[in-house]
Amino acid sequence: MPKHVIDPNQWINLYSDYLFNYTISRVNDREIAKDLVQDTFMAGLKSMKNFKGDASERTWLISILKRKIIDYYRKINSNKGKAEVRINYSDSESEGDWLEERVADPFDKTAEDNLENSELGDAIYNCLGKLPEKQAQVFKMKTILNYETEAICNELGITASNLWVIIHRARTAMASCLEDNWF
Amino acid sequence: MKKSFLFISCEEAHHICDKSQYGEASLWERIKLSIRLSWCTVTRAYTKRNKALTRAMKSSNVDFLKDDELDTLRSQFNQELKNQ
Repeated sequence: MPKHVIDPNQWINLYSDYLFNYTISRVNDREIAKDLVQDTFMAGLKSMKNFKGDASERTWLISILKRKIIDYYRKINSNKGKAEVRINYSDSESEGDWLEERVADPFDKTAEDNLENSELGDAIYNCLGKLPEKQAQVFKMKTILNYETEAICNELGITASNLWVIIHRARTAMASCLEDNWF
Repeated sequence: MKKSFLFISCEEAHHICDKSQYGEASLWERIKLSIRLSWCTVTRAYTKRNKALTRAMKSSNVDFLKDDELDTLRSQFNQELKNQ
């Protein structure tokens, strides 16, 4: 008997944020991340019959998303390959410069930084998941989505002092959660 | 000068520190926080941690879907679900 059951009616509520956060920390573009998450859900729907129940729905959706992200990078890399590359070393003095140009730039740590950011992003997401729902919601709106205090208060029907109490508790909990590995 | 004019409690200092992480503390509040920071180790420790959290949040690319984006995603998905 399968250990996990599949219920696509709950996917948007349960996994949208997780998948979006997972994606954005790897592709660095909101619009592309949104498209990839949407594609993942659609692909999940189409291949529901392949879900065996060995892994959780979330793990299964992430495995689809990973393939979507790989396809995305493969696609942009193949587009890059089509660009014309011209290298012209005409004088003898610059001969051999190509060797230096091929050496990795020690200051170009983009890939490494991205990896670290995606790990930090995952850690933040996991810590947020441990907060009480209201705290997570307010912290998310204020800190990540950068909503104005007034807008949050209006939307959630709370006072500004309520908001700051919730923010204080959330920040304290988030700091303790992230402290061991990230501070 | 009254003592209370410059003196703030630890709780108030933490509150100002939280607000200043979002650029919402006034100049006067920041001055009062600085005074407290000069002698209160608890406030200093809290501020250090709070700033580290702000730095971590900024340096990560963590992001979430806004409500309207989530609604769009939900309606497109539900449409597809109906067609299944």
